[in-house]
Amino acid sequence: MESVALIINLAYVLAAGLFILGLKLLSHPLTARKGNMVSAVGMLVAVVVTLLDHQIISYHWILLGFAIGGAYGAWKAKSVEMTQMPEMVSLFNGYGGLASLLLGWATVSQLSTVGFSGATSFVLITVILTLLIGGVTFSGSVIAWGKLSGRMNAKAVIFTGLRELSVLHLVGFFVVGYLFVTDPMNPVWLYATIALALSFGILATISIGGADMPVVIALLNSYSGVAASAAGLAVGNTILIVTGLLVGASGLILTNIMCKAMNRSLMNVLLSGFAKPVEAAEKIEGEVKIMAAQDAFYVLEAAQAVLVIPGYGMAVAQAQHAVRELQTLLEENGCTVEYAIHPVAGRMPGHMNVLLAEADVPYDQLCEMDDVNPRMENYDVAIVIGANDVVNPAAKEMKGSPIYGMPVIEAYRAKTVFVLKRSANAGFAGVDNPLFFKDNTRMVLGDAKDTINTIIREFGDD
Amino acid sequence: MENIYLIFIVLLAAFLGFELIRKVPATLHTPLMSGSNAISGITLVGALAASGMENDILTTILGTAAVALASINVVGGYLVTDRMLGMFKKKDKK
Repeated sequence: MESVALIINLAYVLAAGLFILGLKLLSHPLTARKGNMVSAVGMLVAVVVTLLDHQIISYHWILLGFAIGGAYGAWKAKSVEMTQMPEMVSLFNGYGGLASLLLGWATVSQLSTVGFSGATSFVLITVILTLLIGGVTFSGSVIAWGKLSGRMNAKAVIFTGLRELSVLHLVGFFVVGYLFVTDPMNPVWLYATIALALSFGILATISIGGADMPVVIALLNSYSGVAASAAGLAVGNTILIVTGLLVGASGLILTNIMCKAMNRSLMNVLLSGFAKPVEAAEKIEGEVKIMAAQDAFYVLEAAQAVLVIPGYGMAVAQAQHAVRELQTLLEENGCTVEYAIHPVAGRMPGHMNVLLAEADVPYDQLCEMDDVNPRMENYDVAIVIGANDVVNPAAKEMKGSPIYGMPVIEAYRAKTVFVLKRSANAGFAGVDNPLFFKDNTRMVLGDAKDTINTIIREFGDD
Repeated sequence: MENIYLIFIVLLAAFLGFELIRKVPATLHTPLMSGSNAISGITLVGALAASGMENDILTTILGTAAVALASINVVGGYLVTDRMLGMFKKKDKK
């Protein structure tokens, strides 16, 4: 091995080591920031040493691409609101997929100039895989981004023939892929592969509803890594293979955690668009008890231990800063405050934690579901803010419920439950959450942020 | 032989990834995902060669576009993850 190639490969080993160390440091909030830095240094090493490669003879195109991408990325990172993180991660998954797709395409285009001499079927097959995974990641992420940002209806889009069309795509991949490998000179097969991948990505994502988005983002995150890894196989670059797979594994683990938290298999989530709607469950009987925010204050003033259970509604109402203010007042009043966060609360894994961290809630007060449930009786008040399914006792009590079997935060076992909800419209007839009808539950109606601010004012008047 | 060696790397990297990420607590899942975005920008390394090797014009354009997209992930991903992790604080000891 010549010396330049040796240096490059040694530097790649170093970079891979830094990525691994960075991920290891990411496993604790105290060291996580340092871990991210270590990982960034790894990236710098990999990029700089690649530029030393004497095969690279012109730098102006590279600089142009880097300047445009870097500036846009930096602007996006600085300006994004924490509530919009799911959209941003989704969009970045898409960019990653598209970058790999283009790299796969560039590989084909480069090989075609030399008449595909030296292109083994291993290279051609990995190129096909790169185009396929990259394309699905890109178009799927764009749809997910559209749904998360409200540019598209978040409801699952289902039409007859969806299943047949998907099967047709899968068959198409094999046919077109085979034709490409046997006849790489014909660009039609290349374009057909890309077109099939893009349309399959759309098909696979439009049929998934908004509430399942945490699973979809995590899965697309995984795909973006696998696409980079496939591109690494195609161009024979080990650092791409290793690093891409670290990301692929990470996304897959998160996907698995999300699925477990919903008591569903990955197949069930991906094919949910094909399932028949679940039959209406048993009727919920009882009366909803409504409480004014002013009265909720008196209960909270007397409480010794309060548990806050946030959901996506908290992000929508932008109530996290008001919640933090209430926490301070309660703590000054001698009360302990903790937060219980369900794995699928929000629109992406860990979304609630970031929103509360932004509002200055210390991370050691953010508890996981399994940590809180055994101690639920000790809480005087559980405040549910914008969460619904993740506190729904139907998951334990009602066999016919679509969410039966899903692990939930058992808020109903706290001494008193406040549910902060926008309105009691539609007479609650359509609401399938028995929590609202429990004897110890009080509904506090109105915008969650306004409600909490009202309670905060009552503390001030005291 | 070269290909077997590549597949060997694939296998080891996948196992290592699973072992590492399993230990990341739920609190840090969002930074983990944006950090993954940044790391998946490693495609940049592959794209540099396609963009700077004085290939034909189509390869150069595709390579440069890939460089730009991967740079978004690298720069944006690391910066936003750093911004987010800076927000995580431990409770003050009073």
